[in-house]
Amino acid sequence: MGKHTLSVLVENQPGVLSRVAGLFSRRGFNIDSLAVGVTEDPEVSRITIVVDGDEYVVEQVSKQLNKLIDVIKIKQLESFDSVSRELALIKVNADTATRSEIIQVVGIFRANIVDVSKNTLTIEISGGTDKVAALEDMLKQYGIKEIVRTGTIAIERGNKYIKAKNNDKE
Amino acid sequence: MKITGAQAIVKALEHENVDTIFGYPGATICPFYDALIDSQIRHILTRHEQGAAHAANGYARASGRVGVCVVTSGPGATNTITGIATAYMDSIPMVVITGQVSSDLIGRDVFQEADITGATAPFVKHSYLVKSAKDLPRIVKEAFYIASTGRPGPVLIDIPVDIQNCEIKFEYKDNVDIRGYKPNLKGHSLQIKRVADAIMKAKRPVICAGGGMLRSDATEEFLELVEKCNIPVTPTLMGIGVLPSDHELNLGMLGSHGVYAANYAINNADLVIILGARVGDRAMSKPNQVAKKAKIVHIDIDPAEIGKNIEVSIPVVGDLKQILKELNTFVNKSEANEWVEELKRKKKEHSVKINPKGTSDYVNPKYLLSILAEMVDKDTIVTTEVGQNQIWAANNFVARRPGSFITSGGMGTMGYGLPAAIGAKTACPDSKVICISGDGSFQMSMQELGTMKQNKIGVKVLIFNNYRLGMVRELQKVRHCSRYTQVFLDENPDFVGIFKAYGFEGQTITNNKDIKKALKKMLEDDKPYLLECIVDPEESTL
Repeated sequence: MGKHTLSVLVENQPGVLSRVAGLFSRRGFNIDSLAVGVTEDPEVSRITIVVDGDEYVVEQVSKQLNKLIDVIKIKQLESFDSVSRELALIKVNADTATRSEIIQVVGIFRANIVDVSKNTLTIEISGGTDKVAALEDMLKQYGIKEIVRTGTIAIERGNKYIKAKNNDKE
Repeated sequence: MKITGAQAIVKALEHENVDTIFGYPGATICPFYDALIDSQIRHILTRHEQGAAHAANGYARASGRVGVCVVTSGPGATNTITGIATAYMDSIPMVVITGQVSSDLIGRDVFQEADITGATAPFVKHSYLVKSAKDLPRIVKEAFYIASTGRPGPVLIDIPVDIQNCEIKFEYKDNVDIRGYKPNLKGHSLQIKRVADAIMKAKRPVICAGGGMLRSDATEEFLELVEKCNIPVTPTLMGIGVLPSDHELNLGMLGSHGVYAANYAINNADLVIILGARVGDRAMSKPNQVAKKAKIVHIDIDPAEIGKNIEVSIPVVGDLKQILKELNTFVNKSEANEWVEELKRKKKEHSVKINPKGTSDYVNPKYLLSILAEMVDKDTIVTTEVGQNQIWAANNFVARRPGSFITSGGMGTMGYGLPAAIGAKTACPDSKVICISGDGSFQMSMQELGTMKQNKIGVKVLIFNNYRLGMVRELQKVRHCSRYTQVFLDENPDFVGIFKAYGFEGQTITNNKDIKKALKKMLEDDKPYLLECIVDPEESTL
């Protein structure tokens, strides 16, 4: 078992996301995270899916996704050859006694403070899953009020890119 | 000149050479029905929307074309779901058109509103909810293309009533370009050579042929391969008809309801060639044990089937007709002579022995089906319901050509056989079409007798009546210590009386000696007819 990242180019149309998500539940595949957004081509959206499973599962997921008419292309991204990020917003308790300490922690993580109030700080962090988890762990001691995080997005390193047009489905 | 959306749909169907559609009208599909009045397309009004979907399925399988069914929104649409799922599981090309409530009302739970694209998502190859009337011609074109190419399947088009009333300029393109849908037809040449190599080296090869062979229309190429190389064949339930059942290399159907020789061959082969089959659990319950002993070749148009249920040594993705044509240029007679002789012996030793005399109270269904096979010509089409009647037919009727045996394989849908027979008879009016049914299944779709009456569709019906849900009963006998429950149909109606109420003829027989005479009577004309056969509830499936 392990985590696998799939980049899926789809037609930017209503109903596509539900087809993709429905396929996962129907076939009994587990999704760790799913992130979707439009690409440089406004007619194409890119879904990044992190799947939990062995090689058989990843192969089946890719093949079944490929069968969806709205799916244009799928590529599995290798962790060593790609950059992946997720974004989290964390609202944490902060009073005059703890505020400066938290700001130091945030500085170490190169995260940003995006909102402040008399008794809270809201922190924005982007990074790999591990980094976000590490900051969360550090902030627990102050009392986390709320966390919201996106799914992972990922892009290949170097001169490689995934385009809808350059060739057929892989 | 501008036409309405409804007229555009009809025109698009005409462009797709649709000659017959099956359906049931309702409020939100009325504009379409109005436009249909001015068309040459024949509409067959069924008695239930599920019947319309199954009839379109039977039509598609008998004609090799796309079956079309049209229904209204809400319950009309949801009633087709079983039919759509049945077509999906068996990869049958179908276009289902559903009316939908007006675009501006979608999502407000108005009268007869149902999210049918959502509800059918797991069972369709693709679906459309039409947002703009100007898209209609493109969508219909794409729907027929998607339904009939690659691995075929049902495509649903949901059309709000206001879209049907919009005026558009009609323009129909000849070609389709969907960037996310480019089925790969040509098999990889190197892989095909590897398959040829494996065949030439094999001592104990066997071919498992599935429904994909029929969908690809590859029977001619298949026959050449089988006879040239001398390879025994076992069809899946969906593959019956790909090689005549009485061909000397046809071992009979494999699987849990198959015959001994076929399963023996699969379990003792050194090379198993799977053609257009998905290795379903009823065909191979433990596929990876087969794969441990034998080299597995899997040829299919759907890449997702490769490696899904069985580990494969040589996969080839593409259209079977093209691939077999290429494969035939590389192969010669195999070294399987001894093996073929062994299997022929096994087949003979383990064939079911039937005493033609039987008992005085019951008809033996296996015997009747073997007699029926002798009495009909090769153009005859048989459809089955689901249960014991289906397996009796699969193992005892002799299918002589592709498309002559029509059954719900993957879904196992009771109530499929009669409407499917109606569809098949509509597609092939010159063929005899016989629906083989049980007393349970028949009652799931018997309202379609009205469709036969109104449209003068001369389907012959055989009911094997054991006053039981025979297959479930057998399961309860074997798996649940004969604790029978809810399988008794002792209060069955007078089936012949029901036929007579529609103005049809029919008779009941209760023993083997009346079989020939009764079948002769049934087959003598082209009118609907019922032959009810009283069968022993203890009669086993195999």
